[in-house]
Amino acid sequence: MTILLVDDEQELVSAMAERLDMRGIHAEFACCGTDAIRMAQKKCYDVAVLDMKMPRMSGLELRRELSALCPDMRFIFLSGHGSEEDFKAGSAEAASYLIKPVDIEDLMETIRTVMEQ
Amino acid sequence: MSFLKRFKPDFWDTNPEAGPHKSLFNYRRTWRQAIALLTVVALVPLLIMTFLDYNVTRRSLESENILRLTRVTSNTRRSVAYFLDERKSALQFIVQRETVKNLHDTTRLGNILRGLKNSFGGFVDIGLIEGSGRQVAYVGPYELQGRDYGDQHWFSRTLEKGSYISNVFRGYRDEPHLIVAVRCPGNGPDGPFVLRATLDTARFNSLLASLDLDPGDDVFITSHSGTIQTPTRWHGTVLSDLGLPVPEYSAKTTVLEAGEKDGTDVLVGYAFITDTPFVLMIVKVTAEVMQPWETIRMELLWLLLVSIVVILLVIVGVATRMVSKIFIADQTRAKTLHHMEHTNRMASIGRLAAGVAHEINNPLAIINEKAGLIKDIFTFGKEYDKDDRLVRNVDSILKSVNRCGTITKRLLSFARHIDVAMEQIEFKELASEVIGFLNKEAEYRSISIIMDIPDDLPEFTSDRGKLQQIFLNLINNAFQAMNDGGALTITALRSGPNELQFSVGDDGCGIPEEDCKRIFEPFFSTKKKRGGTGLGLSITYGLVQELGGDMAVASEVGKGTVFTITLPVTPTINKAEQA
Repeated sequence: MTILLVDDEQELVSAMAERLDMRGIHAEFACCGTDAIRMAQKKCYDVAVLDMKMPRMSGLELRRELSALCPDMRFIFLSGHGSEEDFKAGSAEAASYLIKPVDIEDLMETIRTVMEQ
Repeated sequence: MSFLKRFKPDFWDTNPEAGPHKSLFNYRRTWRQAIALLTVVALVPLLIMTFLDYNVTRRSLESENILRLTRVTSNTRRSVAYFLDERKSALQFIVQRETVKNLHDTTRLGNILRGLKNSFGGFVDIGLIEGSGRQVAYVGPYELQGRDYGDQHWFSRTLEKGSYISNVFRGYRDEPHLIVAVRCPGNGPDGPFVLRATLDTARFNSLLASLDLDPGDDVFITSHSGTIQTPTRWHGTVLSDLGLPVPEYSAKTTVLEAGEKDGTDVLVGYAFITDTPFVLMIVKVTAEVMQPWETIRMELLWLLLVSIVVILLVIVGVATRMVSKIFIADQTRAKTLHHMEHTNRMASIGRLAAGVAHEINNPLAIINEKAGLIKDIFTFGKEYDKDDRLVRNVDSILKSVNRCGTITKRLLSFARHIDVAMEQIEFKELASEVIGFLNKEAEYRSISIIMDIPDDLPEFTSDRGKLQQIFLNLINNAFQAMNDGGALTITALRSGPNELQFSVGDDGCGIPEEDCKRIFEPFFSTKKKRGGTGLGLSITYGLVQELGGDMAVASEVGKGTVFTITLPVTPTINKAEQA
């Protein structure tokens, strides 16, 4: 199982990827939508965990790009923002919607649930 | 005072300058201006019309009185003139028909007198006077045979004019009488003879006595010089001077206003009787002839007074109603504005909360991940397993991150639910959320919060955002009313098949009974001096109603207050309201 973590906060996604790795889940990360697309062009990931609010390309736009590249890819949205629009869009367009900060165990549980769907 | 209070309009005690939502109008001033304007518009035409009508009616009545007096005076003059003319003509007829010789005969003269008395009446005696003025024949009750009238004014006037009617005078008989004399045709040795007759003044007087007079009126005949000729009621005896002025001769009847000696205003009708020295006078007291006018005037004044009172009552009623309507509209406007302002403020708070939460959540997530990574390194690596202090400290960091996360998630939840419509609510969870916002204040002020919410309380359908606002307002109010160390009680129970009852109670200062009645009214506040708008409970009440519920308050001064909210488990409110 390979996971793609995308967030403009590199410190966050790098630590998160390392922790997932420690738990036996191979995770790679990108700090912007462009990098993420480039990575997805090389290989398709099982699950992408996307930050909703990112500069230049939002999580929702990135999700559409990635879906076009990898139709089987599942998505989890991660947001520090709890606006109504985010909540609705995140719930509608992704398998799951989580609000930062996320407990690593909760994230793994969500990933497992999403994979089982 | 309490009776007046019942009629006091709602706007009376409002202060247009007070409060954050000032009224558009100064209602009392508007009310006063409306009354003044309506009063001027309604009463000025009425008063002008009444004044005009008053004067027109008065003038009309005065004219009518003058006309009536003129008519009566003219008619009476005709009667008097006819009486005198008739007798003068009778004597003229006799001198034409009878010779002087016949008239010298006292028997013949006595027959003539008898005939005159029978035919006309009013004759007392009759005599023939020769040209020198000596009475040569006389028939009558007095001893006047041989009397000399040569120097008498009437005698010379008769010779000069052919006939003469005298004033009332005393003469040789020394009692008031008047004579009619005519000149006989032809000449005697000393000039023309004169036939003279004395008229009965009683008959003369009875002509005037037959008039229908009011108690203060008078009718009499006076000479041109103002000597009274017939008996009067109030103006003196026969041959005394009249107190009233006699106008210049006029063939027409005239009516003048005059004043009696005692100051009484009178109307006097004058009529000069042609070819006689007499002036007929009818005197009427102005107050008596204007008596009907006094009655009309009183009726008019009463009508005016009643009309003014009715108009003023109507004006006050209309003005009060009109200003009350404006007041209600203004209140509604202010309430709506405040509601909008409140909604906007809540939306702004929501956006701000979401923004703050986002800004905090990102660094918090980094702290969380980094601390988690450190812990993972400690946990998964074997180097540090002997020293659990490091893991304990990292756990402490993670716990604080978790605490911050809970706060930001609560803020986000609050922000998310501001505009959210109906959803299933678990009251215990909602109460905990709301209490979460005020936990710190409760801690600082040592306020204990007691929640008595049964576990089997069913979930109900409602608007989470509105419920949060309702309970936040109520709990905030309770906190303000309580002293430090007080107790706040939140209870919930199922009060009916489709009804839940919630209460928020405090042991604070309580609310006086008078204030309890008005507590949900907009702009009613006991905290205005401390910046209260008087809209918090009004808006809370409105929100409860929007949710299809009801709200009540029970309070005792010094013991505390309990607000009770009843909400349906499944509301039947208008779908449009949810939109």
